[in-house]
Amino acid sequence: MSSKTNTRNTKVMNRFDVTSRLIAKLKHEEAVIGGIGNTNFDLWAAGHRPQNFYMLGSMGLAFPIALGVALAQPDRRVFALEGDGSLLMQLGALSTIAALKPKNLIMIVMDNGIYQITGAQPTPAASVADIVAIASGSGLANSAWAADEEDFERLVDEAMSADEPSLIAVRIDDKPGVGTTRRDPVQIRERFMHGLGVREPL
Amino acid sequence: MALAEQQTSPQAAQSTSDRSWHGIVLQTLKRNEISLIPYVPDRVLTPLIKNLHADPFFTTFATAREEEAVGIISGAWMGGRRGAVLMQTSGFATLANVLASLAVPYQIPLIMFVSERGTLGEFNYGQSLVCRTMRPVLDSLALEHHTITRLDELEFIADRSIKQAVTTQAPVALILNPLLTGGKTFDK
Repeated sequence: MSSKTNTRNTKVMNRFDVTSRLIAKLKHEEAVIGGIGNTNFDLWAAGHRPQNFYMLGSMGLAFPIALGVALAQPDRRVFALEGDGSLLMQLGALSTIAALKPKNLIMIVMDNGIYQITGAQPTPAASVADIVAIASGSGLANSAWAADEEDFERLVDEAMSADEPSLIAVRIDDKPGVGTTRRDPVQIRERFMHGLGVREPL
Repeated sequence: MALAEQQTSPQAAQSTSDRSWHGIVLQTLKRNEISLIPYVPDRVLTPLIKNLHADPFFTTFATAREEEAVGIISGAWMGGRRGAVLMQTSGFATLANVLASLAVPYQIPLIMFVSERGTLGEFNYGQSLVCRTMRPVLDSLALEHHTITRLDELEFIADRSIKQAVTTQAPVALILNPLLTGGKTFDK
């Protein structure tokens, strides 16, 4: 690992704790897209909000889905929570986002270096690649590792007033998610659309 | 560009005429308020992509993979903005997972335009094989799809299919056959 990336100084945090800290900061009906698996399980466990969307498949598409929401609703802040393994499936999306520069999109990567949910196998990137360096190299200049929980909160605050897309990477432990999302895709989608003001309930 | 025109039929090479296949597709998208157009390019789609880029009504951009474009369109739909994805047959072949785990179960009206390669003069064996996987995948998920071969049927099929996708909240694939577009033929 290159010393330039500062990853050696980052604290290993916990996904549920970091997710809860993020949710506590959201006061303006910000949208949150939770990536497949533990990432959205912890989003669910942090307390359901109508502006949350939970993925039950399509690994790697949290950032593209969030980009779509951000392009549809430029006045709303849109967060995407994604695991490192998921992101590795769709690295090209980082360049797409860098090219479009949606100023209301904030990407958070939960990096434990493993596919926790399938048996904690290490990802191919685990000991050789750096997510923030990849994001920067993809054109997302506003990318940073969170050094600890306080630094994470500071980076979120900065991102919420930034005029370009932001990416925050967080080193996390190997714990599974603390909840399990209710796997009802139609209801998840419909309630999300209500939460975004696109539709009224029947 | 001269080379490209040599490779396509006179019909396909008609520049920006509204009655060209790509002119009809563009106008049909606009009439149905479909303004977000992520795509992975294809030689045959080039005039459509060029004209979409030139029209400020549309937000038109390339993605690195087709499934990325499907994710973007799905998010945009949930946020209240309509879109459509442009791709080639081989790109469709990468979509089984995202169709089965996002577009279909979440009931997203995903509108796909697929430029059909692999048939009616294909020169690349791999393209002809991947083409044969497309309709079985669509049929295995019971997805609506139409193969458009005639210019005089294009507007009806595209317009009605887009409206059906939106009202029934179900994906649709509109396959642009070489009989419509001229396709891509052996060059060298």
